Amino acid sequence: MRNRFVTADSQRRRASLHPLFSVCFRAFRVFRGWIETTEYTEGTRNTRTLAYITLASLWLGGLFAVAAQSDGSQQNKTGRGGTFAITNSRIVTVSGGVIENGTVVIQDGKIAAVGADVAIPAGAERIDGKGLSVFPGMIDAGTNLGLAEIGQGANATMDVAETGSMNANAKAILGVNPHSSHVNVTRVNGITTVLSQPSGGLIAGQSTVIDLNGSTQGDMVVVPAAGLVINFPRISTFGGFNPGAGPQVVDFNEAVKRRDTQIEELKTAFKKAENYGRAKDAYAKDKAIPYPATDTRLEALVPYVRGERPIIFTAERERDIRAIVKFVSETKVKGIISGGQEAWKVADDLKKNNIAVIYTNIYNLPVRDDDNYDFLFEAPAKMQQAGVKFAISTGDGGAEVRDLPYQAGIASAFGLPKEEALKSVTLYPAQILGVSDRLGSIEVGKMANIVVTDGDMLEPRTNVKYLFIEGRLLPLTSRHTELFDSFKDRKESKALIP
Amino acid sequence: MKTFTSLIIVLLLSLAANAQTRNEVLIKNATVLTASHGTLENTDILIRNGKIEKIGKGLSAGAGAKIIDATGKFVSPGIIDAHSHAMMDAINEGSLSVTSMTRIRDVLNPTDIAIYRALAGGVTAANLLHGSANAIGGQNSTVKFKYGRPIEEFPIADAPPGIKFAMGENPKRSSQTIQPGQTLRYPRTRMGTLEVMRDAFVRARDYKQTWDNYRAKKTNIPPRRDIELEPLVEVLEGKRLVHAHGYRSDEHLNLLLLADEFGFRVATLQHGLEAYKIAPEIARRGTGVSIFADSWSYKLEAYDSIPYNAYILWKNGVVVSINSDSDERIRRLNLDAAKMMKYGGVPEEEALKMVTLNPAKQLGIDKRTGSIEQGKDADIAIWNAHPFSIYSRVDMTLIEGEVYFDRSVDIQKRAEIAKERETLEKLDINKAPSSGGTQPRIPAEKRLKDRDEADLQRLEGDNR
Repeated sequence: MRNRFVTADSQRRRASLHPLFSVCFRAFRVFRGWIETTEYTEGTRNTRTLAYITLASLWLGGLFAVAAQSDGSQQNKTGRGGTFAITNSRIVTVSGGVIENGTVVIQDGKIAAVGADVAIPAGAERIDGKGLSVFPGMIDAGTNLGLAEIGQGANATMDVAETGSMNANAKAILGVNPHSSHVNVTRVNGITTVLSQPSGGLIAGQSTVIDLNGSTQGDMVVVPAAGLVINFPRISTFGGFNPGAGPQVVDFNEAVKRRDTQIEELKTAFKKAENYGRAKDAYAKDKAIPYPATDTRLEALVPYVRGERPIIFTAERERDIRAIVKFVSETKVKGIISGGQEAWKVADDLKKNNIAVIYTNIYNLPVRDDDNYDFLFEAPAKMQQAGVKFAISTGDGGAEVRDLPYQAGIASAFGLPKEEALKSVTLYPAQILGVSDRLGSIEVGKMANIVVTDGDMLEPRTNVKYLFIEGRLLPLTSRHTELFDSFKDRKESKALIP
Repeated sequence: MKTFTSLIIVLLLSLAANAQTRNEVLIKNATVLTASHGTLENTDILIRNGKIEKIGKGLSAGAGAKIIDATGKFVSPGIIDAHSHAMMDAINEGSLSVTSMTRIRDVLNPTDIAIYRALAGGVTAANLLHGSANAIGGQNSTVKFKYGRPIEEFPIADAPPGIKFAMGENPKRSSQTIQPGQTLRYPRTRMGTLEVMRDAFVRARDYKQTWDNYRAKKTNIPPRRDIELEPLVEVLEGKRLVHAHGYRSDEHLNLLLLADEFGFRVATLQHGLEAYKIAPEIARRGTGVSIFADSWSYKLEAYDSIPYNAYILWKNGVVVSINSDSDERIRRLNLDAAKMMKYGGVPEEEALKMVTLNPAKQLGIDKRTGSIEQGKDADIAIWNAHPFSIYSRVDMTLIEGEVYFDRSVDIQKRAEIAKERETLEKLDINKAPSSGGTQPRIPAEKRLKDRDEADLQRLEGDNR
């Protein structure tokens, strides 16, 4: 991995100028357009000259304003680095218990010290944490954040589902918009890291783990290719929607056949990728053999079919999860389940095959009318009792990812112990995504993704007071706080009389 | 014989007394969030004949009364959802731009499981609204969720009638693909939407005039009855509440101006996710706003939605409610209300009002429900913890003193239900096709209502 902390600052400064420049420039063009389309007569000449002078001074003024502005646009508020010490606070380390009155030191983007009695480096900026709690930033292991801005009515902002069914080479990290307004809205609620994943077709593409801060995808990336997303074929009798006639139903046996064919397609693709990988390896060792042609889709599959990186299989029902377990054990890949409504029913098989679950169903309704009303609220507790490794995720496109703490809390209201609920949105997703060496708890050496709150992080009434991502102290602003500030004191103005 | 008669009389009398106390419920020793006059610790609530008889400490009930020990528990008014489509077999009559003749009460299904799930979230009443496919939609139904009772008992008899209006992306069908051979429906723009409304009210005003003339005996020929315009005349006369779906502040403001022009008050702006931009204008007209707590960005016209909306509106004196518009979200409106304390800082009781007393006010049923006050209907939720805590859960939901949800009973019955399912699955008719059974038949409308199928939801036309 590249060094994230050397180049970031300079990039941020450069990029931060851009949006205001463009706003100024647009205003300049509009104003100039207005002047030039005004009918030109002797009488208007003076007005027009005056307008040009005004325009010039506005333009210069705009330039000075840009120069004075260090943060740039709303989406580009990337905070400031430095050495920080959060003192006298309740530190919920997640991995090593709670320190009732301790200090966390942040230096060079990392957690430099944690404890009841630690030395504060000279020159550190002190943050009085009296009455506050310190938590690791939360991690949502199942989102489309940055790939999906506005679902309905703005298709141009959607980059979630590629066309076609075999898209192993599609990489979420290249589609994530660092300036999505979902980024700031999400992080000010304490979620500092997400898995952003593509979702279309059979093999949807490669997901990415990103931190919610940065001007470029390079700034944000934690793991560029974190897991291949496969919408595992399921038995579905849904046969499309026929306008006028409503949804069509496919014969059940037909649906089973359709599912089996798709699994065979998947196995064939895996076989091809294995062979491809072997051919490339063989050529690397012996240049005398014919050069095997490059296939970008197969190339992308290789690390996953070899079990070097995990595959995220989406599935909800018991029978589909069992089919995945079988597939994983046959192909010897590294599997993760995303969705997982009935995963607890497959606990033994999941444990035996070391398959973890990213549970995305707190805000969903039970499928069957006669399911217990709390069927999907209870599932995490059942997984925990059965010893299945799991994380809780919103499974959201981006806008509602900020509700991650509440989803974990609801699972706790329905049986999941509080500490486990907290782990299910911090340490567990970090472990499942293979980043627990860097994220998920407050430990020396980990990235300083830290949330300071005035209470239990999972409670909706709790406020985030300070937020650090990779050691940068971030402003607690977002599209929402800015609209709030713009309108909160507005008085009634002129009404239109048509 | 005389003794025998007197014995009978005594027996009858005691039966009568019993019958009365059997209609009593006593909730003991709870923390009561009244939603109207603060929080009362260690308080009892005596319910008689479905009404709150008394609130106080150390209350007692007659023999045979149902006693609920609520020690360590929290009691709140039953939650009211001012925007729901639960128990509706149809949502949109989308063929015309004005469907004021349609009635939600004609398509209610009292066995919809969504009702039970809502009860399990402490919800006792809801405003069941027509969808937003048309500028002027159908007539609403304000109901209590009396799951298990006949449909006639659901509608709140003295609730003022209402009607759904809609503005913006939905009525202009912006997300609907026009199929070959299908004609376009007017309107296609926000301009057209307002003209549809204006035209309807011009026609309603004329229609009212013909009736006024007839009633004043200016003519002997009775006007022909028009069931499209009748509800709109009721709006003009202030007898029917307008619940207007919309997002952008400009179009909601234009509706308020149109209402000024025709001399009626809009009861609620539904969604109104940009209402914060025109809060003073809304406040001055006494219009309520029923919003999502924090949904945004799911469609273009929801992009400027902010979770501080409720706070700004509340600060301006607008009656704000928080609704679900969803069978899923209706289960956690208490948590949506809690969020309002975080976003801007709405005080606790004001936030609680947003899912209890305020929706009751907006629906015109606040005289009978929406807060825990003497004389009101005993519509009550009992929680294991403060309902604003994420760790809270509903233990019991009562409507007019009757228990409609009891978590302990629910848990008790689970084994029984599982057994019943197992038995049913073994029946020949329910055998899997692979084991020689017939293909399962799923009614189209049932599948349509399944909001888990995102593709279906899109095709159906999302009502948000």
